[in-house]
Amino acid sequence: MAEVKLHGFWPSPFSHRVIWALKIKGVDYEYVEEDLSNKSELLLKYNPVYKKIPVLVHGGKPIAESLIILEYIEETWPHNPLLPSDPYDKAMARFWIQFGVDKGPIFLKLLHSTGGEDQENAAKDFLEVLKIIEEKALGDKKFFGGDTINLVDIAYGNLAYWFKNLEEVLSIKLLEPSTLPRLSQWAQNFLEVPVIKETIPDHDKLLAYIRRVRKKIVAEQLNK
Amino acid sequence: MAEEVKLFGTWGSPFSRRVEIALELKGVPFEYIEENVSDHKLKSPLLLKYNPIHKKVPVLLHNGKPILESLIILEYIDETWKQNPILPQDPHERALARFWAKFIDDKVNPPVWRALLGSGDEREKAMEEVKEGLETLERVLNGKKFFGGETIGMLDIAANFIAFWLRVVQEFSGLEFLTPDKCPALTKWCDEFVSCDVVKEHLPPREKLIAFTKNWLSGNGWTD
Repeated sequence: MAEVKLHGFWPSPFSHRVIWALKIKGVDYEYVEEDLSNKSELLLKYNPVYKKIPVLVHGGKPIAESLIILEYIEETWPHNPLLPSDPYDKAMARFWIQFGVDKGPIFLKLLHSTGGEDQENAAKDFLEVLKIIEEKALGDKKFFGGDTINLVDIAYGNLAYWFKNLEEVLSIKLLEPSTLPRLSQWAQNFLEVPVIKETIPDHDKLLAYIRRVRKKIVAEQLNK
Repeated sequence: MAEEVKLFGTWGSPFSRRVEIALELKGVPFEYIEENVSDHKLKSPLLLKYNPIHKKVPVLLHNGKPILESLIILEYIDETWKQNPILPQDPHERALARFWAKFIDDKVNPPVWRALLGSGDEREKAMEEVKEGLETLERVLNGKKFFGGETIGMLDIAANFIAFWLRVVQEFSGLEFLTPDKCPALTKWCDEFVSCDVVKEHLPPREKLIAFTKNWLSGNGWTD
């Protein structure tokens, strides 16, 4: 079988998505850790348009953009399917994945918020997004994929750990059993899935990383 | 087998027109419902029922089930009606088609409007972004007749904005986004694309689009 390589970055949830999919499919791959402050020649060659991780390289051919990589993995290794086979259900799964992408700016606003009111408003907006996801995408299911996780769970996976760490750093509480009971339960269940449990970064290491990211953001805002 | 296919769309939207082209290409008969997108109060109750989250067109209704987001609809159409495939068979080629379709929507479409609306430095910057994007696509096209090869595929359909809307804006505004000296193959592609039988009937009336766009630019809303 042709060689599979993944260029990633250890704290990036986009990188983690690809790892989860590869592991669920049982695909052997070589992981290449990229230093984003000093990107490798290979990365720049494989993703000249965005110069970002993750990039999957299969038999020498690169694929960039995590969600496109996920669809590629699903089509190339169809066992342990991560998307419904019914075209309508598949379209709905893709809709909810895209919804997460569309709401990315709201998340970024929260990540970049400084000062009480700014952060409060950003948090309020993001909570609204989470409520829609809980109500319309998850509903009463255990996972977005039903009894087992699928690409929608993988796409929203960062909520279960990365976002929880950010909440700690910002001293906010959004994803709580009192405000989002079903989504909170989903997050717990998600982290119990063996593939997820075994691959997410060490909590303290990730928390420290996010603190550093926030410190940099705040410093940049003050210098404006 | 009786099949009910309805499309909620709007005459001026490239996203809406993409779906029309795909249905035409596949020879799928459909009922078209024109939506008034300028006034939220005038949007049909059916549209609001089928797309409560975004309240936007296009919405494809197949046997009563709504599918949303133009690129997701294109994938659904390809999976449901197998004749005249619009996506390649090879997973890597499919990933590339998806990547470049997203590139057009993220990196080429928005700065065209920013250039049109902006002035001075902001306009210059937006122009540069569009030109860079088009030059990248010139390389992707690589002298082929269509992005899909000998016949149009999903990426050609996704690039409808460039073939028509971008060139219309270019003509009435004088903003030179696409030139034959920098992008000879892409310029030729535009002419080939708009002359395709399945595309011809699914482009907005040129003068109407110019009138509406000029009016919108002067702050009078989307009307003529």
